[in-house]
Amino acid sequence: MNQLRRAFLKNAGAVGTFAIAIATGLFKPGAAFAAAWNNLAFTAKDPAEAMKNAGYGGATESSDIVIKAPDIAENGAVVPVTATSNIPGTTSMAIFVEKNPAPMIADFEFSNGAEPYISTRIKMAKTSIVRVTVKAGGKNYTSSREVKVTIGGCGG
Amino acid sequence: MADAMKMRATMEGNVVDVKVLIQHPMDTGLMKDKNDKLIPAFFINQVVATLNGKTVLESQWGVGIAKNPFIGFRIKGGKPGDKVGINAVDNLGTKYDGEVVVA
Amino acid sequence: MKRKLTFIMAGLLLGCASTGPAKGPEEDRNAMIKHYQQIFPDIKFENYIYGALAMNPDAKNQYDSFMEFPSYSIDLEKGKRMWESPFKNGKQFSSCFPNGGKNVAGNYPYFDNAVKRVVTFENAINACLKANGEQELKYGEKEMGLLTAYARSLSDGMNVNVKVEGSAALAAYEKGKAYYATRNGQLNFSCKSCHVQAAGKFIRSDQLSMMIGQASHWPEFRGGTDIVTLQGRFKQCEKNVRAKPKEADSEEYNNLEYYLTYMSNGLPMQTPVFRK
Repeated sequence: MNQLRRAFLKNAGAVGTFAIAIATGLFKPGAAFAAAWNNLAFTAKDPAEAMKNAGYGGATESSDIVIKAPDIAENGAVVPVTATSNIPGTTSMAIFVEKNPAPMIADFEFSNGAEPYISTRIKMAKTSIVRVTVKAGGKNYTSSREVKVTIGGCGG
Repeated sequence: MADAMKMRATMEGNVVDVKVLIQHPMDTGLMKDKNDKLIPAFFINQVVATLNGKTVLESQWGVGIAKNPFIGFRIKGGKPGDKVGINAVDNLGTKYDGEVVVA
Repeated sequence: MKRKLTFIMAGLLLGCASTGPAKGPEEDRNAMIKHYQQIFPDIKFENYIYGALAMNPDAKNQYDSFMEFPSYSIDLEKGKRMWESPFKNGKQFSSCFPNGGKNVAGNYPYFDNAVKRVVTFENAINACLKANGEQELKYGEKEMGLLTAYARSLSDGMNVNVKVEGSAALAAYEKGKAYYATRNGQLNFSCKSCHVQAAGKFIRSDQLSMMIGQASHWPEFRGGTDIVTLQGRFKQCEKNVRAKPKEADSEEYNNLEYYLTYMSNGLPMQTPVFRK
């Protein structure tokens, strides 16, 4: 059973939230994807709760997760972040922005040769820790770095 | 929608490097429009990538991915001529599919 | 923000580096380059096109990361379709420009002695539409921005090559130069106050770019997704100093664009680009 599916089934006990998710259009039943969208993790306001709901609770700090991100974001709406896990047996990776209204950004599961590497552009509401968590060999690991977000002057 | 996606797949040593761009507003549901009305959340929430039809990446996205989302990932064992596919869907059920041949 | 601005204003009142008496456009440009070489001894002339990005490696890295696979790529394809779509009479935009529109944008703006006014690239686009019985596009707005973002990209790598020849052209250049140096708005700043006298300094979290190299890379996609034309940017800057902006394609902005683009002569063009 893949990690996303496991996290979803664990949270699916909260039927009320599931119903709300459908009503607000956050989850479209019948989508041809393996696991349903992890509403509990994506809507959690607390970063630790988001991590736990996504299945990354109890993560150990690891310097083998490399995060490339700017010191000061040019524009908080588009912050380029690249994360690589050098931990052997990495099967999934998730990105969190601790001070965002909804800290969980995305969750990725690797298989059939995909490397534990993701490059993307994220939104940051304000200066915050950007955290990357990883599942490897059934255990959770994490690393983070701070990215500053400033509000312009005349940048337009 | 095919023309809402741009893809590139090239060899970096013996690894396929894939870059994907999808045209999408990725509205968070927290912003207001000119008439002070909340713009509802509208975002790509699931993306699957395949190599020659086999799943290599399954992902779930939240509203925190930037507008016109970009994603880069790498596949070991791919080679020129292989097909990389993307199947994405947003929270309203609209699908975005794309395919590129590894250069 | 108030404190930083007061500091800059105090600095300006105390008197700043004068660029010296200028005899003509080329003398102005050379004097201006010398001015920036004094402020930024470690920035090469060809990197002036990066503006504040050339002053900050962290910012430049983000720019490079975006430009590898820009967020605006699919928007740019809209501009390409606009450029390539035939008019009702079957002709295309390429028929209005020498060389089919390739490597021409660096020659704009130019002074047209027949109509006695500055002609911008956007004017040429609209002239083409009019000549072919099509409706003209609104200046400084999104459609014109997307079309020119693609059309000008056909001149990528071409050096800016604006000419000021003859007394009428020189007069327009001088008007643009004067506008650039005239204080404006409630904050009483001129373009020169920030981009010449305070280049490299910060207004809040934005570092001020040098004016040489500014005009070579428009339109821009701000945040990678919002198209802004050069004259659209003039409007934003004027609003920032609490001045009432002029209209795009006004005589003031066309003369200003003429002056500003001349000052970027010799630098390679690239359109469109990412900016914060």
